[in-house]
Amino acid sequence: MPASPADTSAAVVQIHGLRKRYGSKTAVDDLHLTAGAGITAVLGPNGAGKTTTVETCEGYREPDAGTVRVLGLDPIADAARLRPRIGVMLQSGGVYSGARADEMLHHMAKLHAHPLDVQALIERLGLGGCGRTTYRRLSGGQQQRLALAMAVVGRPELVFLDEPTAGLDPQARRATWDLVRELRADGVSTILTTHYMDEAEQLADDVAIIDEGRVVAQGSPEELCRGGAENTLRFTGRPGLDVASLLKALPMNTAAAELTPGAYRVTGTVDPQLLATVTSWCAQHGVLPDRISVERHTLEDVFLELTGKELRG
Amino acid sequence: MSAGTYAPKPGAAPVGRMIAAQAALETKMLLRNGEQLLLTVVIPSLLLVLFSTVDIIPVSVEETGGSGKPVDFLAPGVLALAVMSTAFTGQAIATGFERRYGVLKRLGTSPLPRWALMAAKTLAVLVTEVLQIALLTAIAFGLGWSPSGNPLFVLLLLVLGTAAFSGLGLLMAGTLKAEATLAAANLVFLLLLVGGGVIVPLDKFPDGAQSVLGLLPISALSDGLRDVLQHGAGIPWGNLAILAVWAVLGLGAAARFFRWE
Repeated sequence: MPASPADTSAAVVQIHGLRKRYGSKTAVDDLHLTAGAGITAVLGPNGAGKTTTVETCEGYREPDAGTVRVLGLDPIADAARLRPRIGVMLQSGGVYSGARADEMLHHMAKLHAHPLDVQALIERLGLGGCGRTTYRRLSGGQQQRLALAMAVVGRPELVFLDEPTAGLDPQARRATWDLVRELRADGVSTILTTHYMDEAEQLADDVAIIDEGRVVAQGSPEELCRGGAENTLRFTGRPGLDVASLLKALPMNTAAAELTPGAYRVTGTVDPQLLATVTSWCAQHGVLPDRISVERHTLEDVFLELTGKELRG
Repeated sequence: MSAGTYAPKPGAAPVGRMIAAQAALETKMLLRNGEQLLLTVVIPSLLLVLFSTVDIIPVSVEETGGSGKPVDFLAPGVLALAVMSTAFTGQAIATGFERRYGVLKRLGTSPLPRWALMAAKTLAVLVTEVLQIALLTAIAFGLGWSPSGNPLFVLLLLVLGTAAFSGLGLLMAGTLKAEATLAAANLVFLLLLVGGGVIVPLDKFPDGAQSVLGLLPISALSDGLRDVLQHGAGIPWGNLAILAVWAVLGLGAAARFFRWE
């Protein structure tokens, strides 16, 4: 379900019918995606077409078919106008192996007209301790934070982050998340690819799930968790309760069953109203529901349901 | 950092400032790299000192321009070698690894246009060559070098030689894998050092080989520099033409086949 094209004026990225093949392999196949302001997470299994999609937006790949607009511009034809307005964080590399972190960041700043205060950014991302160490001897986490800093130092309108927290320790992940949230608060939009469902759940205003070169679902994390799969409420009570009577009290499209004697399961749209209905029905029938639990589907459940559970190469 | 710190304010720096910054960084990277310094500074200096003072390869009185000083024969060849080491070997290796490690890719989405990146690389090569030539000239004078000839012709040869070697170096860096570039650039450096009239006069080779070797860019450059600096010859049209052809072919092929990732 592609996003509604209603508010395209605010769209930072608009992709229509994108197709890209590498030899005989189709990486992206008729992909439609509209990303608005804020943080958009692009999720997908390995080889789903995430990186190809994002790299087409960055101007690295030329579409075989379809149109791509980033901030209203064609990433290839309008590259000179687009580049100063975007910030790019590559999955890895991008820095002279003999350059120091501060040196590279100062250099990127010099390529822009109104860069951020480099020293403040170094402190903010905890890169102050890198000292005179050259890039090839920095830790993986330091290299990643430098790449993030390079993406934002030019004060872009839109940043592309390709798996920004892959391999980071929990503290560094949270520091990165904090920065991305600060960017949003200051009006910078983010397109983020990630393997981490919690990252998308924590950060994203909008999530697009890509599989086999297409967008298979898009929406806010809440929408996806609500819409993609049913949620479950479980409770235990006296065996042999009248499930048919409970079902009558519940809204349409809700199911109820006694799985094992005394263990009940209600599936459907589990919201506060449903919980209240179940507990009041229990009260009417003199049942003390024991061990009530609500199992909400996580983004990971939705993701696995849409993209399949089997491993793909 | 307070609220509003990251508020978008995009814009490219003026292109002149970008090129200057890029050239400064590239020069710094080159001068910081030990292996590069070995190629660009240590080897040419050692060859100049060693072969000028120790009679390893006998150089005839005629070849030294009648002065009898080997340095008069060697200095022009070593200057040609310096140009090759920076414009070809050094640039090929550095650019090959920049491609491999995504530096070229990352710069590709920065405000720096590609032509400006190439301009900056050329500037970095020229700055390095000026430093090399200053050092090697000083050493040569210390060894009793007495050059002659028109400095303008020397400059022309150096510029065309730089263009020819840059084209070939970038062609290699932009098409081969970084490791292959590293190996091939060093091998070519060694082969041309021996077979390009740098320290071994071309007339030591068989006649058939001489005519082929004479068409190499390194031979054209060392021979042209020697004609001017040692013999005070007029404008070396033939050698300039050979270098110009290599420059057009090399830069043309590099522009056509260079892959940025």
